[in-house]
Amino acid sequence: MRETLGSKWFRAVVLVILGVFTAVPLYVMITSALKPLGDVQNNFTWWPTHFTMQPFIDIWSTVPLGQYFVNSLIVSGISTVLSVLIAIFASYAVSRYRFKGRGIFTTTVLSTQMFPGVLFLLPLYLIFININQTFGIQLAGTRTGLIITYLTFSLPFAIWMLAGYLDNIPKELDEAARVDGSSAMGVLFRVILPVARPGLIAVAIYCFMTSWGEVLFASVLTTQDSRTLAVGLGGYSTETNVYWNQIMAASLVVSIPVVVGFLLLQRNFVAGLTAGSVK
Amino acid sequence: MAVTEARPRAGSPSPQTGTKAGPTRFRRKKPAGWWLPFVLIAPAVVFEILIHVTPMLVGIWMSFIKLTKFFIANWSAAPAAGLSNYHLALDVNGALGASLLNSFLITCAFTIIVVGVSWLFGMAGAVVLQRSFRGRALFRTLFLVPYAIPVYAGIIAWKFMFQRDTGAINHFLADNLHLISATDKPFWLIGDNAFTAVVVVAIWRTWPFAFLMLMAGLQSIPEEVYEASAVDGARPFRQWRSITVPMLGPVNRVLVLVMFLWTFNDFNTPYILFGGAQPPSGDLISFHIYSASFLTLNFGFGSAMSVLLLLFLLLVTGTYLFILNRRSRNA
Amino acid sequence: MKIRTIAAVATVAAVLVATAACSSGGTSSTSSSGTAGKTLTYWASNQGTSIANDTAVLTPELAKFKKQTGITVKLEVIGWNDLQTRIQTAVTSGQAPDVVNIGNTWATSLQATGAFMPYGSSEMTAIGGASKFATTALSTGGAPGQTVTSVPLYGLVYGLYYNKKMFSDAGLTPPTTWEEMVADGKKLTNASTGVNGLAIAAGSYTENAHFAFINAAQNNASLFNKAGKPTFTSAGVVDGIKRYLDLMQTDKVSPVADAQYDNATQSTSDFANGKAAMIINQSNADGTINAAGMTSDQYGVVPLPAPSGGKKVASFIAGINLSVFKNTKNKTGALEFVKFMTSAAEQGVLDKPYSALPVLKGVTPTFTTNTAEAKTFSDIYNNMSQPLPLVPAEDQFESTVGKAMNALFATIATGGTVSTSDIKTALQTAQDQVTATMG
Repeated sequence: MRETLGSKWFRAVVLVILGVFTAVPLYVMITSALKPLGDVQNNFTWWPTHFTMQPFIDIWSTVPLGQYFVNSLIVSGISTVLSVLIAIFASYAVSRYRFKGRGIFTTTVLSTQMFPGVLFLLPLYLIFININQTFGIQLAGTRTGLIITYLTFSLPFAIWMLAGYLDNIPKELDEAARVDGSSAMGVLFRVILPVARPGLIAVAIYCFMTSWGEVLFASVLTTQDSRTLAVGLGGYSTETNVYWNQIMAASLVVSIPVVVGFLLLQRNFVAGLTAGSVK
Repeated sequence: MAVTEARPRAGSPSPQTGTKAGPTRFRRKKPAGWWLPFVLIAPAVVFEILIHVTPMLVGIWMSFIKLTKFFIANWSAAPAAGLSNYHLALDVNGALGASLLNSFLITCAFTIIVVGVSWLFGMAGAVVLQRSFRGRALFRTLFLVPYAIPVYAGIIAWKFMFQRDTGAINHFLADNLHLISATDKPFWLIGDNAFTAVVVVAIWRTWPFAFLMLMAGLQSIPEEVYEASAVDGARPFRQWRSITVPMLGPVNRVLVLVMFLWTFNDFNTPYILFGGAQPPSGDLISFHIYSASFLTLNFGFGSAMSVLLLLFLLLVTGTYLFILNRRSRNA
Repeated sequence: MKIRTIAAVATVAAVLVATAACSSGGTSSTSSSGTAGKTLTYWASNQGTSIANDTAVLTPELAKFKKQTGITVKLEVIGWNDLQTRIQTAVTSGQAPDVVNIGNTWATSLQATGAFMPYGSSEMTAIGGASKFATTALSTGGAPGQTVTSVPLYGLVYGLYYNKKMFSDAGLTPPTTWEEMVADGKKLTNASTGVNGLAIAAGSYTENAHFAFINAAQNNASLFNKAGKPTFTSAGVVDGIKRYLDLMQTDKVSPVADAQYDNATQSTSDFANGKAAMIINQSNADGTINAAGMTSDQYGVVPLPAPSGGKKVASFIAGINLSVFKNTKNKTGALEFVKFMTSAAEQGVLDKPYSALPVLKGVTPTFTTNTAEAKTFSDIYNNMSQPLPLVPAEDQFESTVGKAMNALFATIATGGTVSTSDIKTALQTAQDQVTATMG
């Protein structure tokens, strides 16, 4: 199919606008990270007048960045895996079965997205404390507590999104496999999930990012040992100074692995597309 | 999608409609597997009850007691407040009610602009990247970067750019473009411009999500459909209107709804952008409630405002789904 | 299905009841620290250049404490952004550290929660007696007439920092009245060199609230009446706030850019970098100034002057206090630790890195080698300061009045004018907000 001149122009305009809008803050972040603190606090320049790598060295001692990074990876990684897994089961039930309570379930799951975080921050903390006193499981201040909180945050949307993808997968596929003697779980894991891979990846990305960036709950539910990056980065503005250049440097350092991860996952998007498996 | 489809079934009193979809799987003679869906949703239910539902019920209960600083260490002694917390919040002639109303209206305007523009950007980005060309992967990655960066990092970069004397925005407008006088640079983080600033930052953070979802949705539209319509002589814009938009219907319905809910409840953007004190023009409701609850230790009043917010969101969502369902039924 | 629904409802109800029970039992619940008697948990506020810096400063001291008493102290340094929220959740849940740092302005508000242990006579004796503390320092410990729930740890006050070279070049001497300060500021403001008379953190609601208090106190006006009700709209308060706002509005000694300084470090940087001739800052600004390369002989400090005829109030009594949570499992150890931290020896060690004033009677400040500066700050602290209103609604005052002043500064900075009646209207709203929740 040939591309018209009009659509080429349209594409160019859209890419320029969105590209500039997206890239300028990133550019500022990179160049500011290469400036000494004095320059960052002075008049802005697009290009650093004095280059320095010092901020990239200082970030590790101003704030225990490495530890925050590990915490964030553990919390986001585990909560993503669990959330996707739980969402797979739930969305399979919602998509393929007509059971009683299905309506209540989907509605409730939807309505949880309306709760303002401030409303249940304090009660959640109290519940964690209560669980600790009743069962001896320490949740407040630990990574475990944060993991189950975040997996629940991303669960509702993960369920809808996956249920939507599963709905698009023809039921004839299930039935064919059933005829061949597969169990319900066999159908899910061997037939449906491979087909739904692009959807699964999108959901996983969403879950990961939900945990990766959350600030409000992390600020209350973590201690120094379990602190995540999202709140830990705040440590660069202290009582005596705001280390702008270090904030930018640290932001870059922690963003690189995630951006690389995105790059790698893109292939899977493309693979899902070219295989033409989703109809 | 599940949300939109679930409603008519759930709302339908007739049991036959519920079982129609899978008569083979739901035969009454075959009770062996009846428990399977319940087992499948059980983990989700447990976590939702623990983390979302129970705390919310506690939160609602908090709104009916006088949970001020005098009682937070000993809740059982907190006197019942009846509806007094709600009276305070809804009395628009009182100082507290008036500021809540103001914050609510600002948040409405904020949400409409952010969701609308983010959707437009996301759609435009997804459509132009649908077709393969040199550099497509580069743009696709670039567009997802704001979403991949920790929230704090992205917003603080904007805060840095919005500084009046040392920021990139004013430097660009005044020193590069000479659109404004270099001696009278505008403020972006205080005064009326703060609204613009918070909107821009929220769009920057939100639109990549719309882009991601729409891009994933576009992949399920087979290329042949476009080819067939191109043979019929359809121009790109008509293709977009007659194929892309309808085929993305289910994705859009959910996307717009969740973007609405997240944006309305957005806490991070004003919190990181403005620090402890939000300017009146950027007084978004989540942060407004947070200030009342945590900065002045009045959790009863804070909860009452949260519940009102919840009721409003329920109303909007309910109406939204109702209209969509009626439209899809009529169609 | 019905059974299922009932079961679900029952589960929710059960957890709900359990939660309620938990919260009501909050005060009697345990602290998270381990073996009673041998360990303590201590939450320290961020006083140094970074959290890592605080840990480095405090760790050797805690080791010293362990050597003396055998008690291990588990330290967590918490940034100011999080500290208030963390303390509140601790207060609410009862899961709390044993000893905690609080900003002394929160002392009365937190005292009202009842979560902190009152320092009664036996507790006071255990930490070395109330008489060891400077009277002004101890007055911030809680509401008057009640047993204090916090004792002072680091003392801080405002002083007027001035650039010695700029003053001598212009043939000026440090101001002794507010009017002189404004006149000096006008002389030193020079648009061509980019120097401003006085840099202020006009976008920080806490700083603004502090200056609302100081300026009102100079007018002999108070923010709360005897009954604890707000009196923000009284003529003295409005006039005091107007005087402070006018630094930017009519006197123009403070640049409009300051309206977005949401942190005192920004105005301090301006001073250290020679972009401002004066700042009004607490003694811990020394760290920032020195770090930026300005040495202690290049600036001088005098008390913030009052308008002629006004009351000579130069600061409120700022600083950090130490509180013990009521439900600590190790009260003896906690008191032992408070005694250690407030001992003359530790004050001598810790005041230096934190640029703080000693809170004890008869102890010489160690935070600077500049004796004139040390003397000035000591004098302000002990003789020219008043505590912020010692009422439970103090936190609401800071939040409402401070934010109202932020907005007023923003109006001025963006080209608007603020009249006395505008200020009064804004303060009326703030006052109504505070009164409504007292109801």
